[in-house]
Amino acid sequence: MIRAVLVMNTQGRPRITKFYEFWPVEKQHEAIRNVFSVLCSRAEHVSNFVDAESIFGPAKLLSFPELDFQPKVRRTADSRLVYKHFATLYFVFIFDSSENELAMLDLIQVFVETLDKCFRNVCELDIVFNYSKIHAILDEIIFGGQVLETSSTEVMKAVEEITKLEAASNAINLVSKSVSNWRSR
Amino acid sequence: MAGSSIMENLFQRTLEDLIKGMRLQLIGESAFISKAVEEIRREIKSTDPHTKSTALHKLCYLSAIHGLDISWAAFHAVELMSSSRFSHKSVGYHAAALSFHDATPVLLLTTNQLRKDLSSPNPFEASLALQTLSRIATVDLARDLTPEVFSLLSSGRVFVRKKAIAVVLRVFDKYPDAVRVCFKRLVENLESSDPQIVSAVVGVFCELASRDPRSYLPLAPEFYRVLVDCKNNWVLIKVLKIFAKLAPLEPRLAKRIVEPICEIMRATGAKSVMFECVRTVLTSLGDHDSGIKLAVSKVKELLVDEDPNLRYLGLQALSVASEKHLWAVLENKESVIKSLSDEDSNIRVESLRLVMAMVSESNVTEISGVLVNYALKSDPEFCNEILGSVLTTCSRNVYEIVVDFDWYVSLLGEMARIPNCQESEEIERQLIDIGMRVKDARLQLVRVARDLLIDPALLGNACLHRILCAAAWVAGEYIDFAGNLFEIIDALLQPRTNLLPPSIRAVYIHSALKVLVFCLDCYLMQNEDGNLVVGQSDPFIGKRCSVAPESATCQSSNLEQHDDLTFDPRNTTESPEDLSVFENNADTAVTQGPAITHEYMLGLLDRIELVLAPLTANQDVEVLDRASNILAFVRLVKAELIDNASQKANTADKKDTQVSAIITLMRDAFVTDLGPVSVSAQGRVAVPDGLDLKENLDDLSALCGDIELPSSSSFGIGGPQFGTSSDATSTGLLKNEESGLVNESTSLLEHRKRHGLYYLPSEKNEISQYDYPPANDPRSNSNSDEAAELAKLTEQSLVLKKKPNQTKPRPVVVKLDDGDVVPLPISNKRPEPRDDSLSGAIKDILLGSTTKPSSSQSNPSDKSSSKRKEKKKQVAADIPSQIKENLGDAEGPGLENPGSSSKDHDYVKERRERGKEKIVEGEGHDQKARKKKSSHRHGKHKTRQKANSPLNVVSQTPEIPDFLL
Repeated sequence: MIRAVLVMNTQGRPRITKFYEFWPVEKQHEAIRNVFSVLCSRAEHVSNFVDAESIFGPAKLLSFPELDFQPKVRRTADSRLVYKHFATLYFVFIFDSSENELAMLDLIQVFVETLDKCFRNVCELDIVFNYSKIHAILDEIIFGGQVLETSSTEVMKAVEEITKLEAASNAINLVSKSVSNWRSR
Repeated sequence: MAGSSIMENLFQRTLEDLIKGMRLQLIGESAFISKAVEEIRREIKSTDPHTKSTALHKLCYLSAIHGLDISWAAFHAVELMSSSRFSHKSVGYHAAALSFHDATPVLLLTTNQLRKDLSSPNPFEASLALQTLSRIATVDLARDLTPEVFSLLSSGRVFVRKKAIAVVLRVFDKYPDAVRVCFKRLVENLESSDPQIVSAVVGVFCELASRDPRSYLPLAPEFYRVLVDCKNNWVLIKVLKIFAKLAPLEPRLAKRIVEPICEIMRATGAKSVMFECVRTVLTSLGDHDSGIKLAVSKVKELLVDEDPNLRYLGLQALSVASEKHLWAVLENKESVIKSLSDEDSNIRVESLRLVMAMVSESNVTEISGVLVNYALKSDPEFCNEILGSVLTTCSRNVYEIVVDFDWYVSLLGEMARIPNCQESEEIERQLIDIGMRVKDARLQLVRVARDLLIDPALLGNACLHRILCAAAWVAGEYIDFAGNLFEIIDALLQPRTNLLPPSIRAVYIHSALKVLVFCLDCYLMQNEDGNLVVGQSDPFIGKRCSVAPESATCQSSNLEQHDDLTFDPRNTTESPEDLSVFENNADTAVTQGPAITHEYMLGLLDRIELVLAPLTANQDVEVLDRASNILAFVRLVKAELIDNASQKANTADKKDTQVSAIITLMRDAFVTDLGPVSVSAQGRVAVPDGLDLKENLDDLSALCGDIELPSSSSFGIGGPQFGTSSDATSTGLLKNEESGLVNESTSLLEHRKRHGLYYLPSEKNEISQYDYPPANDPRSNSNSDEAAELAKLTEQSLVLKKKPNQTKPRPVVVKLDDGDVVPLPISNKRPEPRDDSLSGAIKDILLGSTTKPSSSQSNPSDKSSSKRKEKKKQVAADIPSQIKENLGDAEGPGLENPGSSSKDHDYVKERRERGKEKIVEGEGHDQKARKKKSSHRHGKHKTRQKANSPLNVVSQTPEIPDFLL
C-alpha cells in the first residue's frame, strides 16, 4: 500500500501532499521537512531510494500520544521511499512492502506524464495553481493507497469528465443564482 | 440579504486569488495565512453554498500545503457533502478525506449522505463517496454501508467497480463481518475479463494476504491462474507478492509455482517484474535450487547494471539471500566489495551489510582491518556505519567470531582514535565487557588503555570521553597488568582531565585511588622484601591469593568499625554488585616499572593531594565525593608513611602496624574480580513483601521537590563548570545538592535496614551501594537491590568457568547461561494473525465452516445497536430458523430467503430482498466451488500422488489439498 505521496520543490516547499492514512497535520509537515532534508543532500545520478524508516517509521510509530484518541495501527508495515527529481520538483512516494520499488518509480513516471498531458509541459506553477485538478488526477491513479489506474489516457478521460461536471454545475450555479437574486429584488 | 450574498460572492477571493496573494504577500507567510483564515471563517458561515465551498476549498489548500489544522471546519464539510452541485460536493468530500479521523464527531452525520451517493446513478458521485470512504471509514460506517459497497462490487461500470473493490480493504479492516457479505463477490471479480478489475482485486488480496496469509491459502488456485495467464506487469507483481506470502506456508504450493515464476523471470522484459520474481524466489522458495540459481544469476546482472537503482536492489536481494545462501554473496564478492566505494550512500551501506555477512572466524581479522582502514578515508557518516557494523559483528553472540582478543582489543583502540568516531559508547561497553569476560585479554587491554590515557590530545575530543572513561576504569581495575604504574597514575591525574564531564572524572579519580593503593601495596611488599622482615604476622601482605570473599568483607567491615571517621567506607570496596567473580590472581605476572622509592611514594601522595584538593569544592557530587575520599586516604597514609620513615631505622616491624593493614584491606577489596552480569539478573531478585514496583511514583517528585535523583549515567553530566568553583552561588547550590543527597541517602539507609535481609549479610556496603555505580559497569542499572542476587550469580559464573571448551586456543570468554545479551526480536517472525476476527471470517467463508460469527460482531459500539435490532426484526420475519442456524447468528445485511431465485443480478431496491439474494447467490457459488474442488481432485490426481508432502500441513488446513493439487 502507498502511504503517502509528496511533491515538493527544490526549496523544500510542499506542492502536493497526500497521506493515505491519518496523520495529524503537524506530523505531516514534520515528515515533509525531514524528507526534504534528506533529499536535498543527495547527489544527482544516485539511486532513487531513501531509507524512510527513520522518518515514517514502522507503523508502530504511527501512534500519536498527544492525541486524545489513538488511530488503530493497521499493521507492522515497513516504509520505503522512492523519489524522482524533475526540474524544480521532487516527486516522493512512500509505501510499504506490498509495493514493488521499481513499479513505484514507474508510477511516478505515470503521474508526471499525466500531468504533462494535462497541462502541456507541466511546470511547477501549474501544480501550484491547479490544486483540485492535481488531486483529481492523483485520486484516479491511487485510491486509498492502492494503485488503480496506470494508463495516463484513462486517467485523463476521467479527469476531463470530472472537470466538465464541475464546470457545468458551477455554471448553472452562477446563472441561476444571479437570475434568482435579481428577481427577488 | 440577497444583496449581501451577492456581495459576498462577488468579492470573495477564490483559491487562485489566495494563491496569487500568497506569492505576492509582503507581510510574511504566517501573517498572511492567519488573515486569510480569518476571512475564511467569516465566509464559511455564509448561507450561500458557493461562498461556503470556495471558503472550504481555500481551507483545504491551506491545510494540505501549509499544514493548517482544519478540523474545526468538519461540520461545513458535511454540509457541502450533501450539496446537490457536484463541485460543492467534491469540495466537501475532499475536505472530509483530508481532515476526518476516527474520532471526528460529525462522522456520524455522514452515513446517510454516503449511502445516498454510493447508490447515485452518477458514477462520479459514487466515486467521490468511495474515495472518501476509503479514507474515513469507521466501524460504524463500514457496517452501515456494507450493503451499498456490496452492490457496487458488481456494478456495470468498471470505473466504480474497481473503486468499490479497493474500498473493501478498509471496510474489512474496520468491520470484519463484512467478509461474510462481500467476500464471494470479491473473489468472483478475480475472474473478471476486465484487467482493471483483476488488478484491483489482486491488489486487495495482496494487502489482505500480507496481514494474515494463511487464510488465503484456499484461493491459491485462483492466484495461480492469474500468475500463469496474466500479462499485466502490475498484476503480476502483486500476485508474486501474494505467493511470496503463501509459499512458505505450503511446500506443495511452492513446488508448483517455482517453475512458472522462473519462466516469467526469464521471459519478462520488465525489470520490476524480474526483480519481484527474484525476491519471491529468494525469500519464499529457498528450497528450490533451480529457482535460486536462476535468481542469483539475475542478481548478478543487476549488480553490474549501470542504473544505481538496480544495483541497489540487487544488493538488497543478495542480503535477503545471505541468510540461507551465503554462497550467493560469496559468488558476487567482487561486485559487493566494489560497491563499498560507490558514490551512492545507499549502495555503500547495503554492500557493507553484505560484507559483514561474509565475515567468519577465519577472515574477521583481515576484513575488519581493511574496513577500519577504509573508514579512516570515508566520509563521517559512512565511517560510523562501518565502525558500527564491525563492532556489532565482532561482538555478536559474546564475541563468537573473535579468536584473537589481543588483536580485537587493539582494533578497538584503533577505532577509538579515528577522528569521526561516534561509536564511543559501544567501544566503551566492549572494552569493559571484554575486561570482565576475557581474562587473557586483560594485559593487552591495559596496554591499549594506557595508550589512550597518556595522550593528552584525546581529552580535548568530547566524543572520546566515553572511551577514556572505559580506559580509565580498565587501567584502574587491572592495574596489576600495567607495565608502568607511574605513567598511568600521571595520566589519570593530568590537568587536562578537567575537560572531562564530572561523571567520567569521577571514574578517573576512582581509578587513581585503585592505582595508588596498588602502588602502596607494592611499595610495602618491596620494603618487606628489602628489609627481610621474615615472619611478618600479617597474613595478607604480598598475597593476592585466594581469600574467601567473606573474610575480605569481614576484614573491611572491621576496619570500618575501628577506623577514624574521615576514612570513608565508600571507597573500601566496590559495591557488592561487583563481587561476582573472586578468584586467584596470584599467578598473574606483575611487571612493575622501576622500584618504588620512599621519596617517590611521598611525592606521589603530595601530588595527589595537590591535584585533588581543589576538587573538594567541585560542584559535582560524584567528583567531590571521590576526591574527598582519596584525599582523606592520602592524608592518613602519608602521616603513617612519614612516621614510619622516621622510625624505620630502629623499629622496622612497627611500620606495618596500621598503614599496611589498611592498604592490604583496600587492596584486597579491589582485587576482587568483576564478572559480567546477566541481563535477567534483576528479574531473579525476589520482590520483597510490601514493595510495589509498579506503584506510581508521581507523588515522589512532589516530595523530593527540586532534588534531582542521582542516576548512574546522567548525574552531573554536562554541568558547564567543573573544576573549582568558589563563588557564592555555586557553593550555595552545592550545599543544596548535598543536603538533598543527605536526605536521600538516609532514607535509602532506612529502607535498607528494613529490608536488610536482601543484602549481603555484612552491612558494610550500605553506603557504598548508594555510591556511584562501579566505574562504568555497563550493566549496572544502579539498582542496588541486586546484591543478594549477585552473590548467586557469582557462583553461577564460577561454575560456568569450570567447563570451557579447551579444544580451542581461543581464550575463555565468560558467558552466562542465560540473558547474556538482550534477546533480539526474531526477525522472521511470522506476521501475527493480526485481526483474528477478519481471518476467522475469511476462513469461515472459504472453508465453509459454520462457526459462530466472531466476537467483533458483538462489540460494535452501542450507538448503532438499536439500528441493528431494527434490521434484525425486519429480516427475522421471514428467515427459516434452519437457515439461521446454518449461518450462525448472521446478522446485519446479509440475510436470506431460500425461496428467491438464484443467480439473478438484477438488484431490487428493497434491502430485504437484496439480502435474500445475496445468500442464495453465495450458495450457488458454494456449489460451484465444490464442483470445482472435485474436478480439481480428478484432474490433478497424479500430481497429488507424486507430492508426498508432510502430513502435518494437511492436518492443519484440511481443505487445502483439494484446492492445490
